Amino acid sequence: MPAFTLERARSDGAAEVLVVRGRLAFLEASALWAEAKKVLGAPPARDIDFDMSGVESVDGGTMALLVHLRNAVEARGGRSEFVGASPHIQEIIHLYRGDVHVRPRKKKKPESTLGHIGRATLEIVREAQLVFAFLGQMLISAGSTLRAPRTANWREVLPTMERTGADAVPIVVLINFLVGFVMAFQGAVQLKQFGANIFVADLVGLSVTRELGPLMTAIIVCGRSGAAFAAELGSMKVGEEVDALQTMGFGPMRYLVLPRALSLMVVVPILTLIADLVGIVGGLVVGLVSLDLTVIGYISETRKAVSLWDVYSGVIKSLFFALAIALIACQQGLATTGGAEGVGRRTTSSVVTILFTLILIDAGFTLFFYAFHL
Amino acid sequence: MSPPPVNAEPMIHVEDLTIGWGDVVLQKDASFDVAKGDVFAILGGSGCGKSTMLRYLIGLETPLSGTVEVDGLGAPHLEVGRPPFGVMFQSGALLGSMTVAENVALPLHEWTDLPDEAVDAVVRAKLRLVGLDGAEDKTPAEISGGMKKRAAIARAMALEPSLLFLDEPSAGLDPLSAVELDELILTLNSRLGLTVVVVTHELPSVFKIVSRCIMLDKDTKSIIAEGDPRALRDEATDPRVKRFFHRLPRES
Repeated sequence: MPAFTLERARSDGAAEVLVVRGRLAFLEASALWAEAKKVLGAPPARDIDFDMSGVESVDGGTMALLVHLRNAVEARGGRSEFVGASPHIQEIIHLYRGDVHVRPRKKKKPESTLGHIGRATLEIVREAQLVFAFLGQMLISAGSTLRAPRTANWREVLPTMERTGADAVPIVVLINFLVGFVMAFQGAVQLKQFGANIFVADLVGLSVTRELGPLMTAIIVCGRSGAAFAAELGSMKVGEEVDALQTMGFGPMRYLVLPRALSLMVVVPILTLIADLVGIVGGLVVGLVSLDLTVIGYISETRKAVSLWDVYSGVIKSLFFALAIALIACQQGLATTGGAEGVGRRTTSSVVTILFTLILIDAGFTLFFYAFHL
Repeated sequence: MSPPPVNAEPMIHVEDLTIGWGDVVLQKDASFDVAKGDVFAILGGSGCGKSTMLRYLIGLETPLSGTVEVDGLGAPHLEVGRPPFGVMFQSGALLGSMTVAENVALPLHEWTDLPDEAVDAVVRAKLRLVGLDGAEDKTPAEISGGMKKRAAIARAMALEPSLLFLDEPSAGLDPLSAVELDELILTLNSRLGLTVVVVTHELPSVFKIVSRCIMLDKDTKSIIAEGDPRALRDEATDPRVKRFFHRLPRES
């Protein structure tokens, strides 16, 4: 049996009253809550006072619940007060602001699906505007750095190249080897049927140099360095380090963004060339193991199929990929607000935006090369 | 409220400054001067816009309206080359990837042509001044909160500015470290003649180091008191000012 009772009654003045009796302890909060909801809700009370004269003791948690129930009555436009409380109970009511009147709440109109889509679209457009504005700022900053190269933060460039380039080589090699390997296997199954085993070299060579090498490398760099840039700059932003740099006369663009962008634009094309090479080696292994091809035969077929332009086109693409990764990651990082959660949100957002942008750029280049027969 | 110092050329001149973002206004039409050589405090309860006001004085934010002039320079002060002031942020804001000495050396490398040996000498002298000799090679993660703030002051003073902004210097420090930091600020002010603008709500610190202050109010979005904090404590009639300086709860 709970140590309290709740009973709905009519007072002398015909106003409704919820008579509360006994000892109200938070240990019995669930029972109190359920009972109060039941008693107050059927039928819904419009004007109702809480008669506290029979309350022997009440603790903070249960008082908070009672005040919430009373505020809910007032928020619906009704009138409700705590009455008959002993001085000690009244003090607790006061402490939990049970004697403050609540203004009726205006109901928020829920957002329609169309409105939600519109707001989300505007948000995407605004983010895109910010990225382009950031690109403009970066180009201006790059221009002034070119005019006065001494002002650049060169110290940061080599360590960043090491972190984003040299340290990424093992994973780039592994992934691209497997990509070449898998592609050769898939191709081999089909080509074997026509006795065209040797064309596996053409398939792997062309797709790796023109598409998969640059794209897979960019995706790996996005996951490693893009996320790292966004998180690093985001942490610096919320830790006021970016502000501190600004107050010392270091523009974040010149000091933080340009070295990162420059580093990526140097290392991503190099990583792409490595990716091209190991992708072809992946295909070669399949050719040797399962298609009875020779090393010389495979390489000479690859040389016949893959022109220098195929390699260049991939490298050109990779330059744009690198710029997009650095730009978006740094922009997202520097736009961080709101502590650790903000850093996480911006890091996630930067990776998603970069991946989407990489695919867009790749599609754009493919159409461009196709249109101009390149 | 005591009158502003007569004949003192202002180091900072703020006129009709409205701060906030979008539709949110934190303070409206604030006007005040900070005289050269003052230790000036921006006071007020939590959420009234003290630290935000500091960001506008520094030039990190663009005012909704009004002007801020620092040492005769209009905003934005941060795009005029070598910064005319030093700033210590609440957390210290030392660059985590660098040692304490490298942090202090950063502005020296950027804005002077001093050789490494000379930069090193200046850095050591600054760290000694703030009581951090021996911590040169430590990273910010390896030192305490008080030491971070001291290192940040050393970095802020690296280029010998005549104006120092300090955001909540004693917040989160033990009483002893807070007193030591107060002593340091007084020394910098009296010996080196630095003008110091400090955001704080640590009353013992205010009464000890501050010569003039303004008090911001969250509800009216305005400056509700200006003058010597000790005079405000003893003579103010405004209940909000009295409550603040005597640490009285709202009900009384």
